[in-house]
Amino acid sequence: MSSKEDFLQSIRAGLAKRTPTAYPYIPTFEQAGIDLKAVFEKNLKLAAVDFYDVSSVEEAQKIMQERLPDVKVVCSATDEWEGNKDIDAVEQPRDLDDVGLGVFRAELGVAEMGMIWVTEKSLKVNALGYLSQHLAVLLDPAEITENMHTAYQRPGLLDANYGCFVMGSSATADIGAVLVRGAQGAKSLTLFFLKTKDDETGK
Amino acid sequence: MKKVNVEKNAAEFIYQDDIHVTEHDKNLWNARQKRDTAAAQIPEWEELRNLASAIKEHTLTHLDQYLEQFVTNAEKRGIKVHFANDAAEHNAIAYEILSSHRVKNIIKSKSMLQEECGMTPFLEEKGIGVLETDLGERIQQLSEQIPSHIVMPAIHQTKEDIAKLFAEKIGTDPNNTDPASLNTAMRNNARPKFLLADAGMTGGNFAIAETGTFVVCTNEGNADLTASLPPLHIASIGIEKILPKAEDLGVFIRILSRSALGTPATQYTSHFTGPREGAEMHIILTDNGRSKRLAMDEFWKSLKCIRCGACMNTCPVYRRSSGLAYGATYSGPIGIIIDPTFDAKKYSELPFHSSLCGSCSEVCPVHINIAEQIMDWRKVMMKNKEVDFSRRMAFKAVGVMLGHPKLFRAVEKVAYNAINILPEAITENKTLDPWAAHRKLPDVKKETFREWYIKNRKNNEQ
Ligand code: SF4
Repeated sequence: MSSKEDFLQSIRAGLAKRTPTAYPYIPTFEQAGIDLKAVFEKNLKLAAVDFYDVSSVEEAQKIMQERLPDVKVVCSATDEWEGNKDIDAVEQPRDLDDVGLGVFRAELGVAEMGMIWVTEKSLKVNALGYLSQHLAVLLDPAEITENMHTAYQRPGLLDANYGCFVMGSSATADIGAVLVRGAQGAKSLTLFFLKTKDDETGK
Repeated sequence: MKKVNVEKNAAEFIYQDDIHVTEHDKNLWNARQKRDTAAAQIPEWEELRNLASAIKEHTLTHLDQYLEQFVTNAEKRGIKVHFANDAAEHNAIAYEILSSHRVKNIIKSKSMLQEECGMTPFLEEKGIGVLETDLGERIQQLSEQIPSHIVMPAIHQTKEDIAKLFAEKIGTDPNNTDPASLNTAMRNNARPKFLLADAGMTGGNFAIAETGTFVVCTNEGNADLTASLPPLHIASIGIEKILPKAEDLGVFIRILSRSALGTPATQYTSHFTGPREGAEMHIILTDNGRSKRLAMDEFWKSLKCIRCGACMNTCPVYRRSSGLAYGATYSGPIGIIIDPTFDAKKYSELPFHSSLCGSCSEVCPVHINIAEQIMDWRKVMMKNKEVDFSRRMAFKAVGVMLGHPKLFRAVEKVAYNAINILPEAITENKTLDPWAAHRKLPDVKKETFREWYIKNRKNNEQ
């Protein structure tokens, strides 16, 4: 087991032959006059995400019941949506194994990629995003950023212990190079554009 | 160590039947074409490649400072950081952490570094069960083979091969070759094991000095399962993965998966900045020859590699011979450069397993001069007399003309002429260029590799 000093020492020895180069200026490549929600929706489609504009949680719940009538266990990490499995009562992440539909509110959407950003704050138990067979996600349409550059410039983005950009459902092409959705994580992701309630924004 | 006979290995893959090489070639070329389409949609694509290259060069030439900053910040957030000089130390540290937690079974997501260190066999020897969670890696684990591609580990196997494998190992119907049902069968087989694992291990694609965060990119969500279920998470990270700032990720996430598979990004881009509540997180920062590579004038730029696999997908030699032919953790054009830094004797034949068409350098998202470095390795191997006498003689003649490779297209013409003026005995020698030998040398005489390549590309596009 090396000490940090020895370790750095061999790197410094390697560096003796290198000339330091400058750090470049990184533009954000933003485009003028772009409709963020339209671009986001276009890329959601590419990521096989179905999305809906809704004006209430009840409306979203009704859509999910129609889409996945067989789901028995619904576990929600957002107070707006009541499930039938209490996430606060979960002792171990593996207890979420029976979840058919996992629900949470995403913190951010990235138009360029059709991605959403979630953290341990939005998931409460991180495994909710991966053990659930299907996901329903709420997103405030005001929280869409243009691209990865603007996303990473959000102050405090990496403050959370865990944060993930999720682009649709889990996928693999490891068998015969054929795309299959639902590899290890969620089999589908449905997104609902729903404004954050005023009493929640202050949180 | 025994020298890898890449020519023999490639021949085995090519001549096993008509199906494997054709499928392999087609699937990889497909990925290359998707990469082109994805790149064409980004107006600033070339600028992003330049930025990525510049950020990497800057970081590598200040690596000690950024590493120190990374360690300080990760420790501040409660991550335990360990330092491993080589593979043996890496494995010993991993085992030490696992055994002190009385871990019996681990789940792991894909990590080329752990592969490079031979960690899985080491842990298994010590009685720890290791389950690969990435589907391709799992297929390779069950096949008792190393991954053949850094992004698509089982791409050299057909769905029929996999149906047969799963039938044997997990009891599926051998006649059902439908990828979706095979995937479901493995999902159902693996899930209970995920739940019971005592620890999870991942690699790291990027590590951010400014915040102490490491980033893992997967399509299956298996790294997130690996990290979110067991109470212990260990990540193995090579020192070259460091980036200065969070905003650098903007550049790299935009080019990584577009270069690899032609998708905008991987399905999951996961950021770990500290352990979750009630869990422990460790990082094993690993050198394993990287600081020595940093001192190599010709080869240090290979440390910029972000392991996207684009150079493999585009390589006409790789696409025909498969990754297993290289007999090493890293295959394809980038493997040819990295592998000899671990063992110049064992991998002395690899630099000759290339047509030097330069297509790898053209697609590399971080502008590594791959073809040039392969050429440089050839020179090293010739100088150190690591290659057979006949090959040395042949390349001595070619070498004079290849002495100053400015443009590979030009070099190629020269090489082509050289082949024409070499005595028959040498051009007919299969070891001159193993891949060309299988393509029959007379063909090569009529057209340069690049001409052949362009023609071949047209065929592929039809
Ligand atoms: S050398 Fe370049 S193209 Fe090849 S895997 Fe590395 S980054 Fe990708």
